[in-house]
Amino acid sequence: MSGKLYLYPGSIRIWHLLNAVLIIGLIITGVSLQYAAKDPILLPFRVSITWHNIFGVLLSFNYALYLIAGFVTGNFRFYIIRQPRFWHRLFRQARYYAFGVFRGEEHPFHVSETEKFNPLQKISYWFVMFIFMPIVIVTGWGLLYPDLVAHVIFGVSGLHVTDIVHIIAGFILSIFLVVHIYLCTVGMKWGDAIKTISTGYHHPLNDD
Amino acid sequence: MARPTLRSTSGYRSWILLTTLPALLFAAGTQGQDDSTPVTEELKQANHTACLHCHSKKYFSFVNAMTEDSVKKRMCDTYVITPEKYYRSNHKTFSCADCHDAAFEVYPHDPELRLTPKYECLDCHGGDEYWADYKFEEIYAEYEESVHAGLYDNGFSCWSCHDPHEYHISARNTENIKATIAYDNAICLSCHGNIDKYQLVTAQENPDIMTSHSWLPNQSLHFSSVRCLECHTEVNDNILVAHKILPGDKAVKNCVECHSSESRLLETLYRFEKKEKRSQFGFYNGVLVNENSYVIGANRNIFLNVASIVIFGFTLLAIFIHIVLRLISKKK
Repeated sequence: MSGKLYLYPGSIRIWHLLNAVLIIGLIITGVSLQYAAKDPILLPFRVSITWHNIFGVLLSFNYALYLIAGFVTGNFRFYIIRQPRFWHRLFRQARYYAFGVFRGEEHPFHVSETEKFNPLQKISYWFVMFIFMPIVIVTGWGLLYPDLVAHVIFGVSGLHVTDIVHIIAGFILSIFLVVHIYLCTVGMKWGDAIKTISTGYHHPLNDD
Repeated sequence: MARPTLRSTSGYRSWILLTTLPALLFAAGTQGQDDSTPVTEELKQANHTACLHCHSKKYFSFVNAMTEDSVKKRMCDTYVITPEKYYRSNHKTFSCADCHDAAFEVYPHDPELRLTPKYECLDCHGGDEYWADYKFEEIYAEYEESVHAGLYDNGFSCWSCHDPHEYHISARNTENIKATIAYDNAICLSCHGNIDKYQLVTAQENPDIMTSHSWLPNQSLHFSSVRCLECHTEVNDNILVAHKILPGDKAVKNCVECHSSESRLLETLYRFEKKEKRSQFGFYNGVLVNENSYVIGANRNIFLNVASIVIFGFTLLAIFIHIVLRLISKKK
């Protein structure tokens, strides 16, 4: 098909799939741990803690791979917030999602080989990948190896502070995941985003 | 063969001092559980001049009357009393002769004296209204159902865990939970981490604690944050500390017994600190939230729970409304 763009090479697609599976696994096991009870709401505590640890370690390595590959291949260029008028374009993107999409307005952003992400994607991915992911990974390792954590922070158990930060960061990531999945259906035909991240090809003609 | 005689600056006649002790004991004897009870210098002096003169040291010396040689011998470990520990123990106001045969006042001791039966807890604490609140009879009944009871014929008794010369109430007399954990676990480890003492009461092979607990995640953190008792006893609200010690295969292995909002730690380690279910900051089992501990699953915060459910709910609601509006706008 003419005009289709090859945006996501195999390595990124595999990385993305692995990231998605691990984060979903971490959310399910994390909720099971947070709401642990004799009658588990999702998974038994023992199963949850084992798999949460395994998923967490794998996610850390996957994230390390992302960092290394981002520098080596130059993939991080897609995350760079470019001026001019970034905030204006960000506002337009948000406005489109809030109102424009119902009025049949044209999508304010057009994917290209040099600009994969719209301004809202950029800023949200930036916060997720460079702030909340590092927080959740570092605190996760702290909980996995409690001896590494300061014994007392602000007069309470260092583990307690670490866990609260871990839970809050994890919760923000889980909210991001839900919104991310939904917004991938906005501005194009249902299921096209899934096709794009599965095949690597983006079809501009399918833009809603 | 002539018996050796005590070589002491004050001579064996000093043992006569023991005759003055009953009066002191009468005043102090029934207050042994009270940490605030002072130990008089007279008692310390009397004990030291008498028994502790030798039994506070790791050796004793005497003159062999036959050879007239000065002989120095190593004191058996079980006969060594550490005065500092004794005078902070529950029995600190007792004199030696209060529990031990008066014939021990004579030195060298008659070898047959070591065969005299020793007091057990209930000999003093049982059937006495003064101790009724502590329910020693129920404690003993629990002990008799414990895995340790079967070792009685091998010499296991209350004293095997609660050394009368050192034991002091820890859990309900301190706010330092870490110190209580270390103190109570040291009691268990004095046998289970010491093959020499372990084999005094059983021919079984002493299990390697690290290996037998290898299933436990964050093993060292658990060992320093809870007592062995937390998992190896059956909770009994009637007595202050559960004494029905369970064998390994019957011990708690279900994580959520502790790691849940209904944590059993509130009925065991923290039962003396349990005041309210949530602290002022909204943490379930707030008493578990301190400088020393944090229990995943047991300390979730009610405010964070509500906030997360509200935020997640609003997110899903917003998405639902968005989907509906998209469908409506498409039909138009």
